[in-house]
Amino acid sequence: MSKHLTNITLKVWRQAGPADAGHFETYTVPEISDEASFLEMLDILNERLISDGKEAVVFDHDCREGICGTCSLMIDGQAHGPQRGTATCQLHMRKFQSGDTITIEPWRASAFPIIKDLMVDRSAFDRIVEAGGFITAETGGAPDANLIPIPKPVADAAMDAAECIGCGACVAACPNGAANLFTGAKVAHLNLLPQGQAERFGRVEAMVETMDSYFGSCTNHGECEAACPKSISIDVIAVMNQDYRKSKFKNRKALARS
Amino acid sequence: MSMVLDSKIPHGPLADKWDEFKAHEKLVNPANKRKFKVIVVGTGLAGASAAATLAELGYQVDAFTFHDSPRRAHSIAAQGGINAAKNYKGDGDSVFRLFYDTIKGGDFRAREANVHRLAQVSVNIIDQMVAQGVPFAREYGGMLDNRSFGGAQVSRTFYARGQTGQQLLLGAYQQLARQVGTGGVRLFNRMELVDVVVIDGRAAGIVCRDLVTGEISSHAAHAVVLATGGYGNAFFLSTNAMQCNVTAAWRAHRKGAAFANPCYTQIHPTCIPQADDFQSKLTLMSESLRNDGRVWVPANPDETRSPDQVPEAERDYILERLYPSFGNLAPRDIASRAAKRSVDSGRGVGPLKNGVYLDFADAISRLGKETVKERYGNLFDMYERITGEDPYTVPMRIYPASHYTMGGLWVDYELMTTVPGLYAAGEANFSDHGANRLGASALMQGLADGYFVLPNTISNYLAGWLNKPIPGADHEGFKVAEREAADRFRQYLAIGGTRSPDWFHRELGKIIWDYCGMERTEQGLEKALSELPALHAEFKKDLRVTGTGDSLNQTLEKAGRVDDFFELGMLMCKDALERRESCGGHFRAEYQDDEGEAQRDDDNFAHVTAWEWSGNPMAPVENREPLEYEVVQLQKRSYK
Ligand SMILES: Cc1cc2nc3c(=O)[nH]c(=O)nc-3n(C[C@H](O)[C@H](O)[C@H](O)COP(=O)(O)OP(=O)(O)OC[C@H]3O[C@@H](n4cnc5c(N)ncnc54)[C@H](O)[C@@H]3O)c2cc1C
Ligand code: FES
Repeated sequence: MSKHLTNITLKVWRQAGPADAGHFETYTVPEISDEASFLEMLDILNERLISDGKEAVVFDHDCREGICGTCSLMIDGQAHGPQRGTATCQLHMRKFQSGDTITIEPWRASAFPIIKDLMVDRSAFDRIVEAGGFITAETGGAPDANLIPIPKPVADAAMDAAECIGCGACVAACPNGAANLFTGAKVAHLNLLPQGQAERFGRVEAMVETMDSYFGSCTNHGECEAACPKSISIDVIAVMNQDYRKSKFKNRKALARS
Repeated sequence: MSMVLDSKIPHGPLADKWDEFKAHEKLVNPANKRKFKVIVVGTGLAGASAAATLAELGYQVDAFTFHDSPRRAHSIAAQGGINAAKNYKGDGDSVFRLFYDTIKGGDFRAREANVHRLAQVSVNIIDQMVAQGVPFAREYGGMLDNRSFGGAQVSRTFYARGQTGQQLLLGAYQQLARQVGTGGVRLFNRMELVDVVVIDGRAAGIVCRDLVTGEISSHAAHAVVLATGGYGNAFFLSTNAMQCNVTAAWRAHRKGAAFANPCYTQIHPTCIPQADDFQSKLTLMSESLRNDGRVWVPANPDETRSPDQVPEAERDYILERLYPSFGNLAPRDIASRAAKRSVDSGRGVGPLKNGVYLDFADAISRLGKETVKERYGNLFDMYERITGEDPYTVPMRIYPASHYTMGGLWVDYELMTTVPGLYAAGEANFSDHGANRLGASALMQGLADGYFVLPNTISNYLAGWLNKPIPGADHEGFKVAEREAADRFRQYLAIGGTRSPDWFHRELGKIIWDYCGMERTEQGLEKALSELPALHAEFKKDLRVTGTGDSLNQTLEKAGRVDDFFELGMLMCKDALERRESCGGHFRAEYQDDEGEAQRDDDNFAHVTAWEWSGNPMAPVENREPLEYEVVQLQKRSYK
């Protein structure tokens, strides 16, 4: 049966636009059911703000099932809040207590400029994928899907990496604002699979270099893995780094031959 | 009847129609393709696959999405899987069987030719996605694994853990990203279509609102593809992502595109029951769970014991009892009604008595917890996060919720709407699922449309426009539409009433759910049709949108979407009222047999209803496309 939390204080980052300096506003939530999700609490707050004639707090969200990667809140300084392996939208109020003060901020990273309030621009992620995060397989003419057997452990490892939802929590959690977990996950997914071999070294080189042009560098803090709502392992970064080093050799050799 | 509904079904035997079409369609030669601009609105499975493939072929493509990235589309949330007639299991599957199951699952209300084509290209989809690196589940020998889904007696569903939609969408997104990187596609993100522009009787382009700046802009093209998803959020509470809406399809409808079968909506049996009044959305528990979970309710409505204390003899395994041959895998509409009847009869479970059990105790003792975890682990985790209960030890509680919409923009065999040059793909069209969609068939249809159908059919239209001028974005037709759109959004801000768009959406959703949900009656629908216009009038008088129109304003976005849901809601109820039979997801209480099963009326209703906009949302014009079955014999659908 549902219980109620009372007297929650929210300190919410409000910023009218990219050029605005931004500030915290304090709101109180007198009562909320512990069955409510964190975002439903914000919905209720927004309804109240609208009825008071004020502008609703802007935040990104869509699926509310932890899969689309749209939601993106820093809650008490933790990307996606206190529950491990859980995106903001899947966080429920039963993880909090009456009387709590909760601080809500947007992702903070120079590669993710703030659009408004709690919403940021994560298009730099798309640029990394556009640089090489794909297998070139134009429509039509694909061979039968069972032609190349893929050992289950390989398929599973690729899937572990492919689970990334592209939310950016890794970047937000990283003291350097690095995107190595995100990029590494895509590199590992594709580079582990037999289908991905043809472009393996070109892919990693292009993706890493695009990443470096937007994001900070990784110094192995490991905060990213802890913040990741899909608990993606930092092993993917090792896969990426190894392939990147090899690419510097292989790609040069290929170039010399051509 | 004023509209001509020419389905353009090719001649010849059913199995040869698609080849027949491809052999005779008009083509655009490779060098000429770059002279054509195609706008693709929506970058879910259908839109991303269409945009990428059209660009590969050489067309100039502009892709639009209101999301921040194509990777976020609602398709990402699909859990269970995707069907294909690969027959890798050797269990008797074939293109014909998938075709037949889909027609039967749709309660004989879909077009044979389209469905057959879908079954044919289903095999290419799996090949294509594997080539792109989609990590489908594999067996130990390295071959692809399959599972079963409702409405089928073969194993033909391919899956990637409980995240099939995610992996397929990422595959399509990556292919699209590659085209964006090489300049084949120009991507416009956080841009919402707010109108479709028709000039001289053909689609000339679209008008968009930039969600970040509020700027209204026009975009001209030779052809426009809408792959903008379904309208299940008309019910407010649904399993759809929060942003899903009908605006693109509705704006096209208002510009002349017929809207087909809007009353065919799918209520999915396995969702987590509503817990509270402020609930924002409902969460699906994949249908795949019905492979191993058993649905039951206590026989006694006054049961108070915890589920594990209720002895076998006092449990009613409703689906196994009512539908012995399909059991827990009965199709969605049938399983949903069985759950609703249990709850209505007072035998619901949970604190609000608004669910039925989906119990894994048998599966866990038969297969072991580890195997169950491997199959459904992420779904179980999700359930626990939402409800705070552990489904490994306590049965899940589930209840039906709005999930998918079979109705949509009317399209011909080539996926063209009744507006020349305007196409609809994926959930946005009405074409393949009849009155009920089988599980794992939406992903299949979206990708079939985007990868294999549209890229073939679009040249048949474009070829006729080679080297002919088309109106540019500065044409008066665009300027008028821009002004109308700007006025509309200005108006929402100016009303200055007392209620938020969400408040109206919730009230609207309640009316549609109560009267046009799982069970419909003439009286109820008439009531809805009197309440909806009144509520819509109140919306126009009493809406409050705070903030301004020239920076990001989610309240304002929502106002536009709710406005369109109102008009759609009226059409849904009107369509449900006029269809005086029960079929698939459309269950009219007046038309049922002695056992409470849906009673179709093939003599009077074996047709598609394609509604035409008249200017008054309460007085749409009805048009009919008769459904002619050449191969399939119409039968009473039985899963007993
Ligand atoms: C929870 C859940 C689970 C599901 N599981 C399965 C499953 O296991 N198997 C299966 O086959 N099906 C499943 N389905 C159904 C399936 O996921 C959808 O039907 C399908 O993905 C729809 O794809 P689409 O490309 O047509 O549309 P969507 O993925 O909804 O994409 C719509 C696109 O249009 C854009 N858009 C919409 N309107 C506008 C506008 N006005 N302006 C600009 N852009 C716009 C959006 O930004 C988005 O990019 C599931 C559905 C749900 C809700
Ligand atoms: S809203 Fe989709 S992951 Fe949170």
